[in-house]
Amino acid sequence: MGAVTAFLSRHPVAAFGVFFAVFPFLMPYKALASQVLIFGLFALGFNLLYGYTGLLSFGHAAYYGLGAYGTGIALAKLKVSSLWLGLAAGPLLAVVGAVIIGFFCLRRRGIYFAMLTLAFAQLLYFVAFHMADLTGGDDGLRGIPLLPVNLFGWKIDLENSLAFYYFAFVIVWAAVAGLKRILDSPFGTVLQAIRENGDRASACGYDINRVKHLSFVFSAFFAGLAGGLDALRLAVVPVESLYWVTSGQVVIMTLLGGAGTFFGPFVGAGTYLVLGDRLAVFTERWPLVIGLIFMAFVLFLPKGIWGTLVDKLPGGQAAGAKP
Amino acid sequence: MDVSLAAVLPQVFTGLVLGMLFVLLAVGLSLIFGLMTVVNFSHGALYMLGAYFTVFFLTYTRSFWVALAVAPFIVGAIGLLIERFLIRRLYGRSPDDPLLLTFGLSLVLIETAKLIWGKIGLTLDPPRELGGAVNLGFMAFPAYRLFVIAVTIVVLIALWAFLTRTNVGLIIRAGSRDPLMVRALGIDLNRIWLLVFGIGCGLAGLAGALAGPMRGAYADMGVTMVIESFVVIVVGGMGSLLGAVVAGLLLGQVVGVTTFLAPKLAEIMVFVVMALVLLIRPSGIFGEAGLAE
Repeated sequence: MGAVTAFLSRHPVAAFGVFFAVFPFLMPYKALASQVLIFGLFALGFNLLYGYTGLLSFGHAAYYGLGAYGTGIALAKLKVSSLWLGLAAGPLLAVVGAVIIGFFCLRRRGIYFAMLTLAFAQLLYFVAFHMADLTGGDDGLRGIPLLPVNLFGWKIDLENSLAFYYFAFVIVWAAVAGLKRILDSPFGTVLQAIRENGDRASACGYDINRVKHLSFVFSAFFAGLAGGLDALRLAVVPVESLYWVTSGQVVIMTLLGGAGTFFGPFVGAGTYLVLGDRLAVFTERWPLVIGLIFMAFVLFLPKGIWGTLVDKLPGGQAAGAKP
Repeated sequence: MDVSLAAVLPQVFTGLVLGMLFVLLAVGLSLIFGLMTVVNFSHGALYMLGAYFTVFFLTYTRSFWVALAVAPFIVGAIGLLIERFLIRRLYGRSPDDPLLLTFGLSLVLIETAKLIWGKIGLTLDPPRELGGAVNLGFMAFPAYRLFVIAVTIVVLIALWAFLTRTNVGLIIRAGSRDPLMVRALGIDLNRIWLLVFGIGCGLAGLAGALAGPMRGAYADMGVTMVIESFVVIVVGGMGSLLGAVVAGLLLGQVVGVTTFLAPKLAEIMVFVVMALVLLIRPSGIFGEAGLAE
């Protein structure tokens, strides 16, 4: 086990690639594998802000939802003919939203920040709900075409669920590599310094509000990319994308997996979605079980599944603390 | 559009009733936060339970008055259990943790309510004595809504008297200023925290019980309310009870009047006001900067 954890800590991006390349064959059905991948990306974005910067956002549905609507509107309403441009529109809209909302939310610190992010996400939900001409309102945004990928003249049809999985896999893998790059940069170190002690980081001469805002925007970019991919996966954007329940989901996933750990968000997204999928067979009230498990984790296992696991394994400390 | 006084006044009164519910919720949240720096996300779920318990006791006792008197105390008792067995374990950890825990709890309570009472909400009639409308001279207004306004005012005065005229109230106020000093004087703050958490939750239960005959009882009724109560607190200034009252009434009016002028904007305006306050006075109308930041 020591060798495995050592490999994970030294080459997390490669390890991610290896695992998720075979992942769809470990899942009960392929669509669930894509969902885990996409929600893992969403949680990865949330984790950058909460796990690494120490800012608890209770309104990350806003950026996931903006991403979904950005891609959805570009493809369904503006009839953008390139899949890539359509997909890019999602995170772009999320980034614009995060620049504006982040400015407001970062005017207060601590617990207020969580409440403000929640409030602004709710604001966007109501806006999307009432702007039915653009967003489809309560019915959701429908008619998003899934254009084929044109890879050097080789057309790949994404309607096939395995083809879509690998399309999403390549994008999410690139995002994971991007996150690794951010965390390894001096900027990433400052983020973690702010999480440990904001006043001290400030005393070292860092403009911590700017750094936090930048982290907020990066985080929203990943969440928006996840939203854009999910719009393609579902071919529809339900207005619930922006609802507080979605914000809550990403919080639960990240904490179940382990906030502030590199693989935690994906472990958490997988646990949440597979558990939800299995429980839904027995009861419509499965969120009750997830809620109880989540409460138990907050009380007794605040490091989450992955965080606890790497603490217990030989040589695991390094894999958990440092990406 | 008719914007005469006669047309606007009913909206002002409707806004006042909504404002009263905001005030009851926000005062409870703010009281808990001021003393314990805990943000109770499950406040909305407790508001929902207040409404359901009122329906429940009404069915069994056939008296709205008994139901209204009992339901808030049951919710308050649940609050005591939440503090004693859940929140208390988290003192000394990050202030985010109680928020996360109560978020999970609120999911559990909402799903449990759906399990017990079904997904579709229940309706609840106001008591026969308050079924009609009262002629206020310039307009007629449902008697039950006037009753809600009156009850809230009485409860707020009682709360104010409790906090300023009793020894326990003195300890609560001192505890929110400087808990360490209060402890040094040999006072067991754990019991005070328990009491305050119970009172705060009881107020949420009361708000739900009062709201029942106007809005019915349904599992998701609390979430929008708790988010709007957060907004009330941000606008009024966290930890300030006066701020919670003023901001609650203000936002009630904002919703009431925009519902009349531009119904689609009613839900959005609350957040616009919040954004404006954040721009002009980030610490809120009555807030002190730096409190638990």
